[in-house]
Amino acid sequence: MRITGSKARGVILRIVVCIKQVPATSKVQIDEVTGVLRREGIESKLNPYDLYALETAVWIKDKVGGAVTTLTMGPLQAEEAIKESFILGADQGYLVSDRKLAGSDVLATAYTLSQAIRLLDGYDLIICGKQTTDGDTAQVGPEVAEFLEIPHVTWVKKVNEVTEDSIVVEQDLGTSSAILELPYPALITVEKDIFQPRLPSYRRKKLTAAQQVNVLTFSDFLDSDEQKYGLNGSPTQVERVFPPDANEDKVLWEDEPSLLGEKIYMLIKDRNFI
Amino acid sequence: MATLAINARRCSLCGECIATCPFNAISEVDGKIEIDAGCRMCKLCLKNCPEKAITLIDDKRVAVDKEAWRGILVFVEHLDGEIHPVTLELIGKARELADSTNQPVYCLFMGDQIAEQAKSLLQYPVEKVFVYEDSALRYFRVDVYANIFEDCIRAVQPSTVLVGATSVGRSLAPRVAARFRTGLTADCTTLEIRENTDLVQIRPAFGGNVMAQIVTPFSRPQFATVRYKVMSPAEKGGSPSGTVERCVVSPVRLKSKIRVREVVLNEQSPGILEAETLVVAGRGVKDKQDLELLQELADLLDGQLAATRPLVEAGWVHYSKQIGLSGRTVKPKLIITCGVSGAVQFSAGISGSECIVAINQDRSAPILDQAHYGVVGDLYEVVPSLIDRIKG
Repeated sequence: MRITGSKARGVILRIVVCIKQVPATSKVQIDEVTGVLRREGIESKLNPYDLYALETAVWIKDKVGGAVTTLTMGPLQAEEAIKESFILGADQGYLVSDRKLAGSDVLATAYTLSQAIRLLDGYDLIICGKQTTDGDTAQVGPEVAEFLEIPHVTWVKKVNEVTEDSIVVEQDLGTSSAILELPYPALITVEKDIFQPRLPSYRRKKLTAAQQVNVLTFSDFLDSDEQKYGLNGSPTQVERVFPPDANEDKVLWEDEPSLLGEKIYMLIKDRNFI
Repeated sequence: MATLAINARRCSLCGECIATCPFNAISEVDGKIEIDAGCRMCKLCLKNCPEKAITLIDDKRVAVDKEAWRGILVFVEHLDGEIHPVTLELIGKARELADSTNQPVYCLFMGDQIAEQAKSLLQYPVEKVFVYEDSALRYFRVDVYANIFEDCIRAVQPSTVLVGATSVGRSLAPRVAARFRTGLTADCTTLEIRENTDLVQIRPAFGGNVMAQIVTPFSRPQFATVRYKVMSPAEKGGSPSGTVERCVVSPVRLKSKIRVREVVLNEQSPGILEAETLVVAGRGVKDKQDLELLQELADLLDGQLAATRPLVEAGWVHYSKQIGLSGRTVKPKLIITCGVSGAVQFSAGISGSECIVAINQDRSAPILDQAHYGVVGDLYEVVPSLIDRIKG
């Protein structure tokens, strides 16, 4: 790891971290008759993958100096996610909340976030988690980068260098890895385990308890074309949701454990797996 | 902008909408129903209002001229010229979708010195392979690849674009889809097509347990990514004898802000993708040490040990062994799951397996519905007895 510049030399990286509040449980069930989602225990938490993004930001800030701004979009309750980010090291945070954004898909969400980022007092590096645990698409980060016309790198598993004008990262491409240099401004999405997220400290919790979350609404945006936001700005439409298929010709065995072991053995032997 | 409006004169404040809303976005404030920013426009409140007091105020959305967009374009993924097998699976699916709507299948192949490989694609049922060749395209860089992708789409005007949901594809596809301000559906498990060329995309949603059917009815092209090993690969031969079309690469499109310093092959531990037999550890495994039991079973069956997301998140098993939508999709001949409950994110990752045996002591676990052979029992008793039996 090579660090050029230091706090003393006055490198001030402006880092933005995009975060999201997600359901605390994935046990969302669907009523087969009415097609209505059953909401049981819809508690929210910070998307676990965002903790790694936030930790990466705070780590970079600690190394070279900078300021970390968190940004989220959602109902007013989502300010809890921003407040949690304060405890974990963010310096300031913005919540974009407006009913006009209701029904946003990936594209409309990414466009909204890019509009919010354009309102900030400049930015050098945007960091996102690799994906959320509710949508699981991993698409919002790259689309934000496209709308801001900046380069992006996904699946970053290591930060190799941070300098005043660029960052060098290692990207995991499955069978291969690429070491890439990106000039600012740029966006990266980080893998789990890039850094171990810190635990919320009681001291920071007390220190940041009174810190305000800035709220942005549709009327703040530079682009006020309503067709680009919310349901109308969303090219994809969910036509229906339904429970996954159950297997019709299944076999169910209930028996003594030793007999079950015997049955499985006969099965895999009959089918020449051993 | 589409919005939901409440007719206060009709509304009886019965509270049905408040109870129905899956997102807790509706409340009663000062004797009036209010919808807040938590609304996701699912419109369940509208459907369930007994007074019909909720209406959708919708600006008419104008669809593009769908006739002007024709063909299914498959992105050819490769590493330094070696074609990723997901490409052939996409071609197989594209052919099927194209045949039922009388469209051609195209491939987009960008790279360096790929003429031979491009020609090899003509063994498969494709009409045309568009080749963009330049040394600057040797390795994947998202900005340059997106530019060339854009050039190709503008020239070809395909109705549908299919991209493998690989590390490269999932980074590139959103970038290009956003450039065309169009829809992209990630990790589709089923793709069908309507007569008007609307792609019907089905994918797991809501973190598990729910499937969503998604369409892109207003814009073109429609983008979908599909996981490796979800669709069946195209067969060689077939009717169209395609051609390779070399396309002009304009130097200005090759300017990248990203500098590739080095590309290295990752160390390959024996992969779970290639294994014919898999033993999968799920949350029913109580302790990291207990994985040895399942490893022993995997070894006896000449297979590999894999795991579900919670075990990977707990740090017990390496990420490369994770099955499911956030891990790998596998298609082994035999898969034995042990203590796996079977959330849809997981089951989507094994649904192509030839024989699924699930061991779970909870009779109501969804995996027992998915498995060909559901075994209701404690893995700590069943697996040792199976191991004893194999050892004879």
